[in-house]
Amino acid sequence: MTTRLERTVTYGILALFSVIALTPVIGILSTAFGSQNSLHTGFSLPEGGLHWSNFADAWNRGHFGTYLGNSVLVTAAVVAATTVLAVLAAYAFGVMRFPGSTVLFYLFVIGLTLPQEALVVPLYFDLRYAELTDTYWALILPQTAQSLAFGVFWMRTYFRGSARAVIEAARIDGANSWTTLWRVLVPMGRPAISTMVVITFMWTWNEFLMALVMVSGEAHRTVPLGLAFFQGQHSSDAALLAAASVLIALPVVVVYVALQRRFIEGMLGGAVKE
Amino acid sequence: MKRLLNTAGGRRRAPGEPRAIGYLYILPALLLYAAFLLYPFGQAVWLSFVHWDGLTVATSAGFDNYRDLFTDPALRAPFAHALLLLVFYSALPVAIGLLLAAALSRARVRGMTFFRTVLFLPQVLALVVVGVAWRSILAPDGLLNDVLRAVGLGSLARPWLGDYDWALPAVGVVGTWVGTGLCMVLFLAGAQRIPRELYEAARMDGAGPVREFFSVTLPGLRPQIAVALTLTIVAGLRNFDLIYITTSGGPGNTTSVPAYEVYHRAFETNQVGSAAAVGVALTVLIFVLTVTVSRLVEGRRS
Repeated sequence: MTTRLERTVTYGILALFSVIALTPVIGILSTAFGSQNSLHTGFSLPEGGLHWSNFADAWNRGHFGTYLGNSVLVTAAVVAATTVLAVLAAYAFGVMRFPGSTVLFYLFVIGLTLPQEALVVPLYFDLRYAELTDTYWALILPQTAQSLAFGVFWMRTYFRGSARAVIEAARIDGANSWTTLWRVLVPMGRPAISTMVVITFMWTWNEFLMALVMVSGEAHRTVPLGLAFFQGQHSSDAALLAAASVLIALPVVVVYVALQRRFIEGMLGGAVKE
Repeated sequence: MKRLLNTAGGRRRAPGEPRAIGYLYILPALLLYAAFLLYPFGQAVWLSFVHWDGLTVATSAGFDNYRDLFTDPALRAPFAHALLLLVFYSALPVAIGLLLAAALSRARVRGMTFFRTVLFLPQVLALVVVGVAWRSILAPDGLLNDVLRAVGLGSLARPWLGDYDWALPAVGVVGTWVGTGLCMVLFLAGAQRIPRELYEAARMDGAGPVREFFSVTLPGLRPQIAVALTLTIVAGLRNFDLIYITTSGGPGNTTSVPAYEVYHRAFETNQVGSAAAVGVALTVLIFVLTVTVSRLVEGRRS
């Protein structure tokens, strides 16, 4: 039994917190369409029409076109590598029995709690020694390793839950383990795999510390790093800064709005199931 | 190899079930993971026992770097800040999330998908972008000061991020903004799973909203509370991006945190050994806190 008052209060609370969640987002959006000449460092409203030119300026003058290209390349590589390697490993952990599998699996799970901050220092000196800093490899390899912790953990849960009967049936039909995986289990596991893909995509796209440490030149900058440098140089130009922020956030937000369920499930599920 | 096959699994396999091939499936992932995660962590532990400027030969430091964590005020401060920030990054979001879950658990809400999408949004934005947005809000001529002046509290207006007393809470509020939606979404989902009969029984026994919260909602949400605490504590301690963008540890070192100190020491002041020790200590802190949470809140024994 819900009274009208209770209902009003409920929607009131939800609306209030939605407004709080959206205020910084709308502020940035509105500033991004504002005039570049204002000295205001706070949010501003677009006056005299929408200034779409801010985006063009951020793209060209701020070099965000290049940075977006770098981000796309690094993210695509990390997502692809993580997906293939995690599916292979999780398949073995989930459906095969062999000595040491538990210990090896826990090695991967440890990676979920190891903070990147502890790894980034030795990684930098290792990769500098291998002359790989300031290359895409310095961004792709460490981030793939970190994503694998989640990927292996997440996909193992799926393989564990997949019906043994299906696997045995495939085997009786003469399928070997390789065919069973790619012809039967991967097509069936599309929801689990897409959750892993969107989470890895978001983490890699938003990654800042690794890029800050590994990349010193302009050529390999990813978008979050680009924004940080941009802020250092043009901190007075709120409109350009906001336009650049929108360019960074937009791809993730679009995917998030489309696949909201997958995002929430993945980000909460990493800790929910054990 | 022989021993390996004999002891495999301990019980008999179905005929045709794959054996050692499992290692082949794991190998590529394990190689990459070992080379770029496990091995560097081992190196971090090793580095934490040396003095090194990143260029010349490293010299053994024994436990110096770890002793400094307790004796050097410049190193104690970041850990104190991090623990204080956990109030904002973890305790407040969980508390607010619980209050709302309690307020909303009785009602059926239409448009829940919309609200969930909006409330969870701060979680998917790059922290760099969040930092830029909040710098604007907290700027001297930013939204917060504008609002304060508009309601006649102009005397409270200040450059929040440049204020020695207020910079740390100001950065904390950003963390509360990021974490609250996550907790709300978790708890709302959890509250839906609490059987309605429990609420009806509580009401028949004459429980008011407060009693009901403590005897039905709170115990029912235990697993979700553990998850929320774990996620927000880990996020709160790995708090590099926000600090770098909003304050860079300043003014003075009033907002420096361990995650920032690692970067600062390793790449700006060339104290690589000390940076590694901070990183390892941060790892230990995360482990201890997350294990404590799962023991205390979930009552689980591993």
